[in-house]
Amino acid sequence: MQPAASTAIREPEIRLTSAADGGTAVALSGAWDIRALQARATELGRALARHARATSWDLTEIQRIDHIGALLIWRAWEKRRPAALALRPEHEALFARLGAPRETSAARARADWLEPLRSLGDLAAALAGGALEIVRLLGQVMLDALAVLRDPLRGPWREISAGVYRTGAQALGITALVGFLIGVVLSYLSAEQLRDFGANAFVVNIVGIGVVRELGPMLAAILVAGRSGSAITAQLGVMRVTEELDALAVMGIPQSLRLVFPKVVALAVAVPLLVLWTDAIALAGGMLSAKWQLGIGYRTFVQSLPAAVPIANYWIGLGKGAAFGALIALIACHFGLRIEPNTESLGAGTTRSVVAAITVVIIVDALVAVMFSGVGMGLR
Amino acid sequence: MKPLIEIEGLWTVFGDSVVHRDLNLSVAPGEVLALVGGSGSGKTTLLRQMLGLERPARGVVRVFGIPLHGVPAAQLRRLRKRWGVLFQEGALYSALSVFDNVALPLRELRCFDEGFVRDMVMLKLAMVDIEARHADKMPAELSGGMVKRIALARALALEPELLFLDEPTAGLDPDRSESFVRLVAELRRELKLTVVMVTHDLDTLVAAADRIAVLAEQRVLVSGTLQEVVAARHPFIVNFFLGERGLRALAALRPLTPGGAAGIR
Ligand SMILES: Nc1ncnc2c1ncn2[C@@H]1O[C@H](COP(=O)(O)OP(=O)(O)OP(=O)(O)O)[C@@H](O)[C@H]1O
Ligand SMILES: [Mg+2]
Repeated sequence: MQPAASTAIREPEIRLTSAADGGTAVALSGAWDIRALQARATELGRALARHARATSWDLTEIQRIDHIGALLIWRAWEKRRPAALALRPEHEALFARLGAPRETSAARARADWLEPLRSLGDLAAALAGGALEIVRLLGQVMLDALAVLRDPLRGPWREISAGVYRTGAQALGITALVGFLIGVVLSYLSAEQLRDFGANAFVVNIVGIGVVRELGPMLAAILVAGRSGSAITAQLGVMRVTEELDALAVMGIPQSLRLVFPKVVALAVAVPLLVLWTDAIALAGGMLSAKWQLGIGYRTFVQSLPAAVPIANYWIGLGKGAAFGALIALIACHFGLRIEPNTESLGAGTTRSVVAAITVVIIVDALVAVMFSGVGMGLR
Repeated sequence: MKPLIEIEGLWTVFGDSVVHRDLNLSVAPGEVLALVGGSGSGKTTLLRQMLGLERPARGVVRVFGIPLHGVPAAQLRRLRKRWGVLFQEGALYSALSVFDNVALPLRELRCFDEGFVRDMVMLKLAMVDIEARHADKMPAELSGGMVKRIALARALALEPELLFLDEPTAGLDPDRSESFVRLVAELRRELKLTVVMVTHDLDTLVAAADRIAVLAEQRVLVSGTLQEVVAARHPFIVNFFLGERGLRALAALRPLTPGGAAGIR
């Protein structure tokens, strides 16, 4: 392999002798390649640098050398070839390449004192731009809906049904678990308080209104935002990274109709259904806990539910579910389509999508609570 | 001399499709071996098995005399520092700039200071004809050919003894292909590099390869010099080298016989 393969390869070594004219002569020997140098690069580099002004250099004893070794020596020479240099002919090319003139890269940007202020402005602009973009996306989805209504056969029904299955059917287990536990806890805590006042029967009102009006829709929406919102963003993001979005565009396939519209519809359908399911399971949990704590029978609990929770609450819950679903899908698509073609942006975009979706869900929920404060309250 | 890579009785099976059937191949130190074969003949898969990324259904792959499957992870890691790989699609880290992509393996060693790394990266980028002003760009901002060349610079970062190249010249302009061939020749001379490359590019094949291994019918059909390979009159070889396109390239490059390429017929 190597010219010196027959003799053993030795460690890199620096030998000094006094030259005739009073200066030092440096002779290097052994292997000056990455595997030999790995452990001792800094030490050898420093040792070489001490002799930068040596009068002559003898590199003929070097058994093998690569770019790493050559650069180490070159840097010790302060990037100039010394006048008195003995070199093996086969190593000539390495040093010739190092000596070739090269442009150096542009200086790094200087520190910017206005950076914090500017980033604050950028953030505000991004928020406003994002809101505008989501409104635009919503408009586009409306237009798509019109197009599909006009020509139902060309609608993306397969995508929609697949979406309902993925976000709805596959989320039944997790929403049931979370809903049940929340129902139990809510009922347990209220029972503790109500017992002191002798108002045991009101546990049905608290659990019923709480679950049907607030907790059911919220739980379903937050779980869907975490499960499906992130999946949608990541999917669209990977499509950007692998240029699939561009491929769709050049084929003249409308992005919003094929990708955004089905997801919005699927979530707007699936989340209300999940809300119903979560409500039922959470009420069951509450009922169990009420029986166990306060001795309220299952039959009594169920029979007093219609009076305690007017039906309007169900409609509010379902409406919120549909709105949350559509919002989560829109936000997830918005962030997914804006991901830049690199992995870092993919991760950041997915995180931002989930955080934004949950925040928006809570804000909208608060708005709805204020707007409908007079509707569906049984007790006055 | 002991072969650097030895593949013995290798089988690759995906589901019920057999890609390699009892395949044997060896690569001698210091040679440039070109793997050719039709699209889908399993060149990339074979390369991935030589890298220990995929496990063959049967057979052994030894690199530097070490069997890749069933050795401790630490030994495999040490082995992997001795080779460089250029993937078919480049596989640059999309979150890192060009400079950081090439610097990553060097920094990972933790034994060179930042100034040294900087000089080294600039040297490697210059070797593959990438100008310094591109060093701060992100991979998404590069042309396909630039991605290839930067990925090559990254493969060369740790001074490999063995270089695996998957389609190194696909997507390069003829001038750049030419300088790629020159670079491989120089590196071989200076560093005694061994190269295994997959290529469809006849010009590169003829100019850079010492030995050609033809992958067809799920095995290595023939391997040898261009003359030896062309002498085996298999339909794939006839189409590949002696088809109209092949003849044109061969004739333009170097007359194989005094009568030129036509003399082969
Ligand atoms: N992970 C996998 N699962 C199933 N089949 C695979 C897998 N990877 C490769 N194959 C199959 O193995 C065969 C060989 O693929 P490979 O990528 O090695 O081809 P190739 O020779 O590199 O082709 P090209 O010249 O087009 O790059 C193909 O038929 C491919 O479908
Ligand atoms: Mg391939």
